[in-house]
Amino acid sequence: MNMRATAIALPSRIAGFRLGDFPIFPALILGGILFVAIFADWLSPHDPQLGSLRLRFRPPVFQAGGSWEHVLGTDHLGRDVLSRLIYGARVSVVVGFTAVVVAGVLGTVLGIVSGYLGRWVDQVIMRITDTWLALPALTFAIFLAAIVGPSEMNIVIILGAVYWTRYARVVRSEVLSMKEREFVRLAIVAGCSKWTIMRRHILPNVLNSAIVLGTLMLGVVVVAEASLSFLGVGVPPPKPAWGLMLSDGKKGLMVGYWWLTVLPGLCIMLMVLSANLLGDWLRDKLDPQLRQL
Amino acid sequence: MRRFVTKRLGYAVLSLFLLSLTIFLLVRVTGDPAALMAEPGASAEQLAAIRKNLGLDQPLWIQYGSFMANFLTGDLGHSFYYNAPVLDLYAARLPYSLLLAAVAMAFSLLIGIPSGILAAVRVGTMWDGAGKVFALLGLSMPSFWIGLVMILFFSVYLGWLPSSGAGTPLHVIMPAFALGWYFAAAHMRLTRSSMLDVLGSEYVKLARLKGLPESLVVAKHAFKNALIPVITLAGINLVIMINVAVVVETVFAWPGIGRLLYEGISFRDFPLVQGIVLLGGSMIVVVNLLVDILYAVVDPRIRLEA
Repeated sequence: MNMRATAIALPSRIAGFRLGDFPIFPALILGGILFVAIFADWLSPHDPQLGSLRLRFRPPVFQAGGSWEHVLGTDHLGRDVLSRLIYGARVSVVVGFTAVVVAGVLGTVLGIVSGYLGRWVDQVIMRITDTWLALPALTFAIFLAAIVGPSEMNIVIILGAVYWTRYARVVRSEVLSMKEREFVRLAIVAGCSKWTIMRRHILPNVLNSAIVLGTLMLGVVVVAEASLSFLGVGVPPPKPAWGLMLSDGKKGLMVGYWWLTVLPGLCIMLMVLSANLLGDWLRDKLDPQLRQL
Repeated sequence: MRRFVTKRLGYAVLSLFLLSLTIFLLVRVTGDPAALMAEPGASAEQLAAIRKNLGLDQPLWIQYGSFMANFLTGDLGHSFYYNAPVLDLYAARLPYSLLLAAVAMAFSLLIGIPSGILAAVRVGTMWDGAGKVFALLGLSMPSFWIGLVMILFFSVYLGWLPSSGAGTPLHVIMPAFALGWYFAAAHMRLTRSSMLDVLGSEYVKLARLKGLPESLVVAKHAFKNALIPVITLAGINLVIMINVAVVVETVFAWPGIGRLLYEGISFRDFPLVQGIVLLGGSMIVVVNLLVDILYAVVDPRIRLEA
């Protein structure tokens, strides 16, 4: 009976899933970035961390003085910008996706527990959520990074620890309304334990919201990672990360070496924009409020 | 009303308590606080002195008590890089942060409100679409990148604006724009949705039925009411701007609180970082409280609900 209860909601969810207005370009861009990140070792023409000072500040190929050897030019240490952008995609993808998942799992679990158990558990979790939301996310992340020191692993943990609150809020409010619905009440009558209800009946039904939120959070997290790296508390040099490249790009900014500033930022923007457009589309498709109609 | 205020006040105090506890515990749980508070390369004696000073040999709750007592009396610790109390440094930078936030807010409202109204009045048209694109770009472009590209264009290529520092009105233009850009998009989105709400309401229909010209309906009846949520958000955002400007202030070497935070990180001046984070969080808790109370004063439904 329990299985049937959850299954009822499923067909309507799938029926509303039309691919007509699927955002092709954002999906292609995000897919492209993913592809580049995975196959960076084959795609990258040079070693991203190895440069030659003789070749520093070479402009891109289409500008006077550029060569096909370094298609997008070189930076202040003579490292190939294209290779660094390619490997930078890997950092953004790995940090971005992992941090979103860490925050998502933490926030979803706490949101379900808080919403379903209610009472003092709810009070405790929600007061902590409110407090963490009071701290500006980036300032909080900087503070944490200053304590634990910079590394890719730490950035993931920090971003997860900072951004779980958004999931917790959304998931909790969904659980609150779901608690009153028929299939949960039937499960209670059937003698399911609280944990079984949360795991088997509530969790599958809040996953959609968590996924939509996760897609929208991807952009936020990628910008946060870039900001931390830019400030020197994110990915440690000489690893290629887009935020770090922007920070290095300042060295050539005042003499007009535009490619060191414009290109990494363009990559960040494309990734964030695509994630946002994809998230918007997913939200329209999976939004529980629309689905309940 | 009194019950509502008491309850909200209680929540705010609880939030401040949790905030200070979080910061206090994070520093102590994640490693040796003495090593964090000490100047890099401090000797063993200096470390011992700091341990004694922080009372690290005492039970945690006593440590927390003195931490809170210090905070409430305005003692936020001592910056070893500047060799000055953190609170003094904060107060010296605050006017710059306020100036930057005020100009950025003016930018964001000047761009956000008219474009939001245009998108709502011409909903579904090209204008609306353009507004959507603008909002998406605003939310997708990192503010520090906008800042860097503006420096490249207006300082390096055109030579119109100074690239860093503060002092003249020209200095504030680019950082304010870079900071305000994101908020302009947020204000535009809210103006649009709020305006759409109001335009569908009964009294706007009545105004139209009376035969008022559409421009007057929009300007006199709809606009004023649609503005309320936008102004509220703007008030909260002003405080948030002061606290999130760290990257923009770093790009433009603007001597505000964000820049102070960045200096704290670069010089491993931990007491400075801790003090700024604590003050920033407290500021936001207090503003949220004030907004809640103001809302209850204006709208009786809210205080009855509580």
